[in-house]
Amino acid sequence: MERYWKVLRLFWSTAIAAELEYRLNFLVTALISLGGLAGSLFGLFLFYRTGYEFEGWSWEAALLVLGLFTVLQGFSAMVLIPNLNKIVNQVQQGTLDFVLLKPISSQFWLSTRIISPWGLPDVVFGLVMIGYGGSRLGLGWADYGLAILPLALGAITLYSLWFMLGATSIWFVKIYNVTEVLRGLLEAGRFPIAAYPVAYRVFFTFVVPVAFLTTVPAQTMLGQGGRGWLLASALLALVLLVVANRFWRFALRFYTSASS
Amino acid sequence: MQKALKVARVMLSVYYAYMVEYRAELVFWVLSGTFPLILMGLWVEAAQGDQFDLSPTDLVRYFLAVFLVRQFTVVWVIWEFEREVVEGRLSPYLLQPVDPAWRHFFSHVSERFARLPFAFLLVGLFLLLYPYAAWWPRLDNLLLGLLATVLAFCLRFVMQYTFALAAFWTERASALEQFWFLLYTFLSGMVAPLSLFPDAVREVVLWTPFPYLIYFPASLLINRPENVVRGFAAMILWSALFWGLNRWLWRRGLRQYSGMGA
Repeated sequence: MERYWKVLRLFWSTAIAAELEYRLNFLVTALISLGGLAGSLFGLFLFYRTGYEFEGWSWEAALLVLGLFTVLQGFSAMVLIPNLNKIVNQVQQGTLDFVLLKPISSQFWLSTRIISPWGLPDVVFGLVMIGYGGSRLGLGWADYGLAILPLALGAITLYSLWFMLGATSIWFVKIYNVTEVLRGLLEAGRFPIAAYPVAYRVFFTFVVPVAFLTTVPAQTMLGQGGRGWLLASALLALVLLVVANRFWRFALRFYTSASS
Repeated sequence: MQKALKVARVMLSVYYAYMVEYRAELVFWVLSGTFPLILMGLWVEAAQGDQFDLSPTDLVRYFLAVFLVRQFTVVWVIWEFEREVVEGRLSPYLLQPVDPAWRHFFSHVSERFARLPFAFLLVGLFLLLYPYAAWWPRLDNLLLGLLATVLAFCLRFVMQYTFALAAFWTERASALEQFWFLLYTFLSGMVAPLSLFPDAVREVVLWTPFPYLIYFPASLLINRPENVVRGFAAMILWSALFWGLNRWLWRRGLRQYSGMGA
């Protein structure tokens, strides 16, 4: 365990050192996140401007959901995209061999090798939005604290789904864009799940569990929703994490390396 | 003229063959464009209470049309062009007697034919979910809408190709496109029909190229014609503007280009 911490520290310090060579990039990505933020707010405003409300969600509560979405977006830009979207390259070029030879878990290596600081602006803007919505609703530190657990569970769920899709590249080398489908569907998490028609709600709860990524943490923060959702969220994260690991080991049995 | 036609035909068939080779990949690209369909759900639910100017039926039609227009106008030339410049692979293309722009253009066009069957399939699926919304565009609207879609594709292609030319000077030309894409996402009518925008915002947005890329063709297709003359005029003007800029940058850029790795 301690070895993994040490390796992780080395991974991330080298990755950050490498990325900081491109400092202008930081300004560019910050500007892009700011633009994205303005756009998301505008999109939400279009719904609320005539007095319509998502069922049971005031403007401030909807801001919490949007803020949580932005935080998760930043998280995926920092960890998921730079690592998991590269699995396909490793398979294509056969460099996965080197990873498999190393004396640590290959899943760990593939999931944590790189951290990209360019997701940071999104995380910060998301937190600011949560802070703004929360202060308008009179939330205290305890409420924010309660939301950390479901948010972390949501992040684990997201990671597991993403990793499993990435792992399918062992079979289908050319399908590097399958994660784009997931990303497209995740956009639904910008809005509370109650805003959707019934068919959509079922789909986004049971098929692609978007509801657990943003709506459940926001409900916990607001003190709604109850324990049932939290329990379901924990169960989902745990099951998916285990399944992802098993799936990876299963997939590796079919890995034949490149050009040999 | 005859030579040009021949070149076009050959390029189309070659790139079509490329595209259908990776059908599974295409299906995933189609599925990754579900953003309008997600918003359709939100707006249909929102419109149940009659607080907006549009009925749920209108909104289903609108977003299905948006989805189709979007599928028809997807452009990715900047990612390919950027790589070609950075890796120096542009050099051999410069020796050919055809401007490399056409190569990209025809690869996009032929991809449309491979992609559309899947897109229509998905629309059919959603019509099963909302059977009451099925509609036929009137013939004149259909023709105008198709023309507008084709023009929208050309405009978007020219715009993105113009940004791509920045790759001659910087390695991160795609950042320009990322920023432009944000404006495109939120102002083109993909998140909501422009008639639901606040009046002041709409008036400003109508002067930008964005609503003509999605909102205008989609409105024509669902028989809610906008100001047709203004729409086509705006598209042609913006295309001409970017075309001019594009050719100017291309000439300057070639002087700058050093053929990295060659």
